Amino acid sequence: MSETATFDRIKDDIATNPVVLYMKGTPVFPQCGFSAGVVQVLSRLGVKFKGIDVLADPSIRQGIKEFAQWPTIPQLYVKGEFVGGADIVREMYMNGELATLLKDKGIEIKE
Amino acid sequence: MAMIADDIAKFIKAALPDAEVVIDDLRGDGDHYAATIKSAAFKGKSRVQQHQMVYQALQGRMGTELHALQLTTHPLDA
Repeated sequence: MSETATFDRIKDDIATNPVVLYMKGTPVFPQCGFSAGVVQVLSRLGVKFKGIDVLADPSIRQGIKEFAQWPTIPQLYVKGEFVGGADIVREMYMNGELATLLKDKGIEIKE
Repeated sequence: MAMIADDIAKFIKAALPDAEVVIDDLRGDGDHYAATIKSAAFKGKSRVQQHQMVYQALQGRMGTELHALQLTTHPLDA
């Protein structure tokens, strides 16, 4: 797949799904500790999200890094906007910023 | 090829000369590190931008030579 086609697919995925996690493995079977950590945070917040397994698609695995100018997986997107990787998501969860951001963006969370 | 902690700190300091950098080798395997970085250059930047500055300092090594680098960044008052 060309780079443009990959970017178009990423743009489409993050536009049509309110919360998207690019990860290694699936939400049920994460293949990397960092991806598992973000899944855990989202689950604790009761957030519905679409997991996209980059291991299943090399073009997305490379493309998402260029798309966000971010060299690592996982990557969390809320309403089309890149929120961060594993460290930022954890930090924002711990200090409550993630819950606030999700609520501000109209995402339902478990209080 | 794994990177050693001193190299990581060196690259970061080359890009952010004022940075205070603390590197921990999390598993002692030379492949999983945590870095805490304080720099005035982070001021006014979002967390994503702060981490991107560190990744840029590592010049493409993050995600290739360097598998895992847990990042914590703090803006310093200039």
